[in-house]
Amino acid sequence: MARRLSLYQHVLEQPIRPLARLAMAAAMAAMLGAFAWPLWTMSFESNQYPDPLRLAIHVDHLEGQKTELRDDLREINSLNHYIGMRPLLESDFSEFLWMPFVIGFFILIILRAVVFGTVRDLIDVTVLFVYFGLFSAWDFWHRLHGYGHNLAPDAAITVEPFTPPFFGRVKVANFWIESFPGGGSYALAAAGALLVAALVIALVRARREARRDAAAAL
Amino acid sequence: MTHTVRNRTWLWIGALAAVALVVVFACGGPQEEVRRGGAATGGGAAAAAATYVPPGDLDEFYLFYSGGHSGQVFVGGIPSMRHIATIPVFAPYPATGYGFDDESKAMLGGFTWGDVHHPSLSRTNGEYDGRWLFVNDNANARVARISLRDFKTKQIFGPIPNASGNHGSAFATANTEYILYASRFGIPLPKGTYASIDDYATRYKGVVGALEVDPESGEMTHGFQLMTPPFDWDLGSTGRGPSADWALWTCYNSERATGELEKTASAHDRDYAIAVNWKAAALAAAGGAGEMIGDVRVIDPGRVPGIAYLIPVAKSPHGVDFGPDGTYFVTSGKLEAITTVFSFDRMLAAIQAEDFTGEEDGIPVLNYDSVMEREVQIGLGPLHTQYDDRGFAYTSLFIDSAIAKWSPATGEVVDTVPVAYNIGHLLVPGGDSMKPNGRYVIALNKLSHGRHLNVGPSQPESSQLIDITGDKMRVLYDAFTEPEPHYAQAIPRDKLNPIEVYPKEENDDPWAIWDVADAGVTRDGKKVDVKMAAVRSTLHPTGFEVQKGDTVTIHITNIEQTTDELHGLGINGYNINLVVDPGETKHVTFTADKTGVFAYYCTNFCSALHQEMQGYLMVR
Repeated sequence: MARRLSLYQHVLEQPIRPLARLAMAAAMAAMLGAFAWPLWTMSFESNQYPDPLRLAIHVDHLEGQKTELRDDLREINSLNHYIGMRPLLESDFSEFLWMPFVIGFFILIILRAVVFGTVRDLIDVTVLFVYFGLFSAWDFWHRLHGYGHNLAPDAAITVEPFTPPFFGRVKVANFWIESFPGGGSYALAAAGALLVAALVIALVRARREARRDAAAAL
Repeated sequence: MTHTVRNRTWLWIGALAAVALVVVFACGGPQEEVRRGGAATGGGAAAAAATYVPPGDLDEFYLFYSGGHSGQVFVGGIPSMRHIATIPVFAPYPATGYGFDDESKAMLGGFTWGDVHHPSLSRTNGEYDGRWLFVNDNANARVARISLRDFKTKQIFGPIPNASGNHGSAFATANTEYILYASRFGIPLPKGTYASIDDYATRYKGVVGALEVDPESGEMTHGFQLMTPPFDWDLGSTGRGPSADWALWTCYNSERATGELEKTASAHDRDYAIAVNWKAAALAAAGGAGEMIGDVRVIDPGRVPGIAYLIPVAKSPHGVDFGPDGTYFVTSGKLEAITTVFSFDRMLAAIQAEDFTGEEDGIPVLNYDSVMEREVQIGLGPLHTQYDDRGFAYTSLFIDSAIAKWSPATGEVVDTVPVAYNIGHLLVPGGDSMKPNGRYVIALNKLSHGRHLNVGPSQPESSQLIDITGDKMRVLYDAFTEPEPHYAQAIPRDKLNPIEVYPKEENDDPWAIWDVADAGVTRDGKKVDVKMAAVRSTLHPTGFEVQKGDTVTIHITNIEQTTDELHGLGINGYNINLVVDPGETKHVTFTADKTGVFAYYCTNFCSALHQEMQGYLMVR
């Protein structure tokens, strides 16, 4: 048992093999994608909106499609107020502050791991990043749930509280709503996948190294 | 004996019956299509296909009709010929709130009607450029400008000093440097002067003039006028290409007659067209020629040579129309069966050679034969001419109730098509520019009886869409409009790009608000200002109180930024109805002279809860 633990410890202290570091650097670059593309896009199509209303949720702001004919964010809020849904205001979402901060933080700690990290650091970063991803997804769902459930009691039109679609094409009243991840989320998912790949690559080599060292020590 | 008499009687009866039958079949048989005033030839299905615009698709051309004494401009589409919108110009129009808010009321200047005859699209290098549409007011001597960015009337200029009636208008020069106008009725000048009708020939004067157009804003200001003998100026045409510096008008009553003009003004065989070098006139005016009469610089062309020349034209001419390349112009005498082609080059040569046959009040009269190129026996009652892009001209024949297609180069009439009925103007899209679009001609007819469901004595106007792409013209469609289009203009749809929403960023009205929280009432003595916001589905504030005798101004902003989201404000008892486009701010001022509670509501349908969009004006 002690020998196992000692081997285990030895693995954790191994430096990260270069190939894994490359993958980690790629993950860092991928994370920048969260700033370039929206995290999520939603579109709202109906008979009277054949050109759908479009909403893009970026990492640091909310953006409705805006043309000479229509300001979609204003339009969505105009329509939502009839059912008593709270208007979508950028200032109501603290995510637009802490998400950019957290992503920046991850880029820094991955950088740290790339430069002088051990396998332990890579495990830490990967686990935390996956946690961050899952938490973000839950947070998004939670927001959707909140907006769809806290409808003003004095609204003109009474509807059953509902959760706006998280993923897919769903009919809500007279609208077909399409809700899908945007480029930014794919970029974060790619970053996560790259970290996991880096971890696997690093662990395989680290175990072999640790075994060899243990054998040499004998 | 009896037998023979009976046979002979039957023989006579039989002969008479045979003759009667022959007569019936010869005269009462299948009617010639020609007599039905333009029945569709070549099968209804083909014509229907040519005019059908499927749901969701758009017409190819905008069609701007003059609205005549309705005072408005009608917008239709070619080829569907559907009425799409009315642009109010000279008369109030509650449907869009025109004439009810402070700004448009001021623009109407106390008049509640006008008589729109000739619209003119702005042009650059003789081709339509899609910026503005100018129209005349025949009745009150005014000219209006409509912006084609938002299809709204932006400026009404006039009543124009010294001009009595303004028929020969609005005509844009080749680069829209000027909009031309002309008086219809000779009067003593300046306005307000009395002179006996016996002195009509000497003391009464006509004017032809030009309004200068600001190239950036389109704003019209005074240019200059030419004082003329009291001829009744009728129609005009501006040159292009080589003739870009010139404009012509036809006149009637060159006899300088009074009384029953029907007779007295038709005495002479010829009247005149006046050819004006407006470029030279503008330079002369800028150089100080002439004198100021009624705030306008007026030049007497009899005393300033080189500006105006008279050309004899066939009796009581109506239309004058430059050809697309500007090298010739065509006039028609409505009381004669001929149309005349004049050469612009020959006119210049005659001027150069001083080939004059007389003068009127010092204005030289050119030798008709030196300027005339050819006369064409065209039909009865020729009026106006338009052109296609294949070298043909189309002239309306009022008395024949038809359109003649002919070649100005050869003088040959190649086709005629009957119209229903009694055509006035006609329009080939672009047919008065350097780039006609030779697919259609529209007959703008005066009489429509029997062509539509019977709607009683007061009847709509007829306009017929005619295909001119083949050898023979084909009537495709009968359209009907409100009274009463005269001339029209048409432009391909991709040359216009109107906005549908007034962007928030552009609204610099000091009373505009964009947040319902900013709506409210402020008071300064007896002056009350109400800042109102209209948004689906509430008028904010939903009520406000004033004192009897207060002067109240409501400033209402439609804070929507979505296309087609209009709101209205109708106030019961106070005769107010504003309609506000998305992003627009309007103002209305009134005296609260009636006490009580007056409901107001959104008049222009806006949303599922449009009915709930209401409030109360309380007057103590």
